[in-house]
Formats: sequence, structure tokens, C-alpha cells
Amino acid sequence: MRPAFSVIFFTVMSGCGYGLLFLFGLALAFNPAVSGRIEGLVQLGVGAIFVVAGLLASTLHLGQPQRAWRAFSQWRSSWLSREGVASVASFMPMVLIAGCLWRGADATTLRALGALLAAFAAITVICTAGIYTSLKAIPAWHNRFVLPGYLLMALLGGAAWSWLIGEWTGGARAQPALIVALAIASCVLKHFYWRHIDAATPASTIETATGLGRFGRVRSVEAPHTEENYLTHEMGFQLARKHGKRLRNIALLLLGPCTIVLALLAITFQAPLHWPAACCAFAAAILVTAGLFVERWLFFAQAKHVVMLYYGGARMHDA
Amino acid sequence: MTMLPPPTSKKLGLVIDLDICVGCHACAVACKEWNDGGQFGPLPDANPYGAEPLGVWFNRVHTYEIEPKEKGAPAMTVHFPRSCLHCETPDCVTVCPTGASYKRAEDGIVLVDEDKCIGCKLCSWACPYGAREYSEQRGTMQKCTLCVDRIYNESFEEIDRQPACVMACPTRARHFGDLGDADSAVSKLVAERGGYDLMPEMGYKPVNKYLPPRPRRDGCAAEPTPAQEEKVDFSTSPLLRWIDKVLSR
Ligand code: SF4
Ligand code: SF4
Repeated sequence: MRPAFSVIFFTVMSGCGYGLLFLFGLALAFNPAVSGRIEGLVQLGVGAIFVVAGLLASTLHLGQPQRAWRAFSQWRSSWLSREGVASVASFMPMVLIAGCLWRGADATTLRALGALLAAFAAITVICTAGIYTSLKAIPAWHNRFVLPGYLLMALLGGAAWSWLIGEWTGGARAQPALIVALAIASCVLKHFYWRHIDAATPASTIETATGLGRFGRVRSVEAPHTEENYLTHEMGFQLARKHGKRLRNIALLLLGPCTIVLALLAITFQAPLHWPAACCAFAAAILVTAGLFVERWLFFAQAKHVVMLYYGGARMHDA
Repeated sequence: MTMLPPPTSKKLGLVIDLDICVGCHACAVACKEWNDGGQFGPLPDANPYGAEPLGVWFNRVHTYEIEPKEKGAPAMTVHFPRSCLHCETPDCVTVCPTGASYKRAEDGIVLVDEDKCIGCKLCSWACPYGAREYSEQRGTMQKCTLCVDRIYNESFEEIDRQPACVMACPTRARHFGDLGDADSAVSKLVAERGGYDLMPEMGYKPVNKYLPPRPRRDGCAAEPTPAQEEKVDFSTSPLLRWIDKVLSR
């Protein structure tokens, strides 16, 4: 699939934003006094900015963005519609928490709102993943690794930014130890995901696509058109396959070893100096985000659509 | 609404005979021509007279070669028109966030409402058959309408109330009718010729059916038979024996 930058930016940034908001909401639910006024507002604000930036980027992908409001209507069947509804709904607890932090509120209210925010953040990311996992025509997305992948990547991104914000504001933050655990889990999951998509035997072949397999081996000799069309442009993206291995290693390196080393360094040099940990947090947030961009680019670029079977007879797993 | 309607009793669709399609692309051209001016048009092209024209077609004709299972048998060429199959349970409808993509309860035709579509392209990702093409010029998704603006058009003679592709086909490889009615001509044709579904494993239950090529006189598309050498007795005539020897060299 063609990796559209607007969609990659949307899924990475809204993932980081909701990861951040989830962790902040959870922290509030457990300990309403966890964060001071300004520190809390910065966490919320950065989360909201990421989410809004992601949503705005996603509208760049649309042919008729002025009608985007219509996308809230079909939540009964469409994951994309559900995603829109959930992400707008998540602004309600965000605004309420901001108000409570600003004016002061009792612990129970903050706890409840924190839990609500965490729930909406998680639901939104689940809906984002649902957009992809529901597409049977793209086996690399229609499998059990994709949902945990989206959740874990959102948490890792959110935790890295939460750590950075905490270092700079002195407020609540994701601890480096959590980041180490998330980084390891992400790499393990990605490893198994890639192994799965490389090895899975495709249910569809050019023979089932044409129904001509009963006569022998089918080969395309002439495509319907000499130039590209929408399908070959959108779904016949080839570029990534060449550098796939290297890019996978880059993603793993950024999300795994680099992040783990930075977190461990920060743990080692915590007291009495403050700046080494702050620098590590800064580097980790940047590297994790970069790693997520590479990972997401591959998620699109390496996913093959079954319609390409009609063209050129490429088997789903001829890389 | 992008929830699927309850199973429709009327299932309008096409039956495509791969045995006689000659790959002339007349159906594809007739489709483009009709729909460019029809109710769902236009179908604008980018760079139409340039080096790399790009535009929406609802119907595309592929050509495949089949290497027979049997060694040494001649290869078979099959021309293969591909368009929307108006599936019974298609995800292209349910994934749509706006309600623009829908399946009609009255006859099962799958359509895009041009005025609601936001051009998110998700439905084209959900279609395994490549039946939906996005128009960069219009900013919306376009697809085969089964010529809904012809088949119910009362200003046409009865005989012309058929999809443009069916009318255009010079070999009559395309048939239009109600596949939900077991007594219709198309249903009978499917039963008689073993019409089949494309990619049944997707679970979309296509309405359109394809008729497989018939066995050929040259033996391709037939069950493999062991090749036999002709045995002739030349022992009676020295002349024939000599000719056989020369020719066998
Ligand atoms: S062929 Fe594709 S566009 Fe047509 S109904 Fe089936 S899934 Fe939808
Ligand atoms: S491109 Fe249009 S018809 Fe297709 S899913 Fe998006 S809004 Fe619906």
C-alpha cells in the first residue's frame, strides 16, 4: 500500500497523544494529587496538540475535507467513523480535567475524570487499529498482531513524551523503567509481526482471484492498461520492498536498544544532577517518535493488497 | 447508511463467459463512454492526451495465460473482464464512515453517493476485486453502477434497458439479469455451465458469476490424456517402408 504521509503522521501523532493522555489519566485515577496545576496542564496540552495535529493531517488525505463531519455518522458499522466519534468524545474529559486542575476540584472527581480520559484514549487507539484489522483484502493488516501493535506503540510513544514533559516541568511522568519494559515488548511484538507477515501462506492467489486454477498455473500476459491507474498507484507500491530489511532494523534499533540505553543512562545518573536525565528524555522522545515513523511507514509500504494478484500475477509473498 | 440491508431477494448482476470473451475491450470502452455522460459521470482523466493518461474506468479487461497441468499441452489464453461484482456481503459498504457507500435493498446494486463521499478511499482498500477507483479530479470514489441509469430507464426501449457493457459485447460474452431468481436466464446459464465466484475465500459472496472456458478442440482445458503414437503396418509394401524410413529421419 502506498504510504501516504498524511496518514502516517496521523496514526503516529495521534497514537503518541493518546498514549500520553492514557498514562496521565491513569496516573490521576490512582493518585489525584499526582500533578500540580501547570504540570498537569502541560501534559494535557501536549497530548491535545498531538491529537489535533494528527486529526488535521488525516483530513489532508481526503478528497472532500469540507464534508469530513459526515464521517461521524456511520459508527454502527465503520471503524473509521468510530475512531472519529471516540476521538472527539475524548476531548470532553480533557476539557473537564483542565478546568478542574485550573480551579481545583475534589479528589473523587479528578479520579473519575482521569479514568474516563484513560478509557477514551484506549478506545480511540483500538478504533484506529480497527480501521486496519477489518480489511480482509490486506492480509498484513488483517491479523492478530496489529491491534496489540497499535496499543503498544501508542503507549511507548506516549511514555517517552510523558517522561520528557515530566523532566522539564518537574511533574508526574512515565518512569524510565516503564519505558525500558515497553521498548522490549514493542520490539518482541514487531519481530513476531514481521515473522508472521513474511511466512503466512496467503489464502488468495492469482488462481483463486481468477478462478482459473483448475486448468493450471495462471500468469498475467497483458494488463488492462499500459499506464498506471489508481489501483496500481495506490496498492502496487513497490519501493519499500527493496530496503525493507534495513528499514526494519532501523525501526528496531530506534525503538529498542537506543531507547533502552537512554532510559538506563537516566536511571544511573539520576541524582544529584538533573540535566543528564533531561537530555536522555529529550533524545528518547525524538528517537522513539522517529522509530514510530519508520515502523508506520513499513506498516503501509510492506502491506500487499490482494487486488495486485490480478496484475502481473505477483504472488502475495514474492518480495 | 453503510449497514448492509437484509439479504435481498432480487440480485441484479452480470454473468461473464470466459469461454467466448475475445478481449476486445469493447465493454470497457462502452462503459467509459456511457458513464462519462450518464447520471454518475463525468469520468474525467488527468492528462488525457499526454504521455501518461490516468483516469477512472469501471471495467478493466485482463489477459491471462494458463500453463496446463499436463506437460507439453498447449497454453490457454483467457481474456478476463473485471468490474464490481455487487457482492452480497461486501466490506466496501460497511467500512464507509459517511454512508456514501451503500447497497440497495431493492435489487442489491452497490453504489456510491457522490454528494456524501469524502474521498477517504477506505472502501477501495476494502474491495479485493479492484472495483473502485478514486477520481483525483472529483475528489470522490467511483465505481460500476450496473448502469442503474439505463436498466430502469423508461425512455429507453425495453431491449435497451441493459448495462452498456452487455449491449456492446460483440461476442455476447456478457449477460445481465436477476441472479436471485433461480428461473432467470442468467441463473440457468450459471447452473448449466458451472458459473463460479471469484475469491470465495474472502466471504464477500459476489453476485456476478464467471463461466469457465469450455474444453478446447486442441485439448487444452480438457482432462489430461496420455499421448499415443500411431501404429501403422508398413511391412507389406517395400515402397511404403522406404517412404516411412525417409520421412522418419
Ligand atoms: S466487487 Fe468490490 S466494490 Fe463491488 S461490491 Fe464487491 S467488494 Fe464492493
Ligand atoms: S471514499 Fe467515499 S464511499 Fe469510499 S469509504 Fe470513503 S467516504 Fe465512503
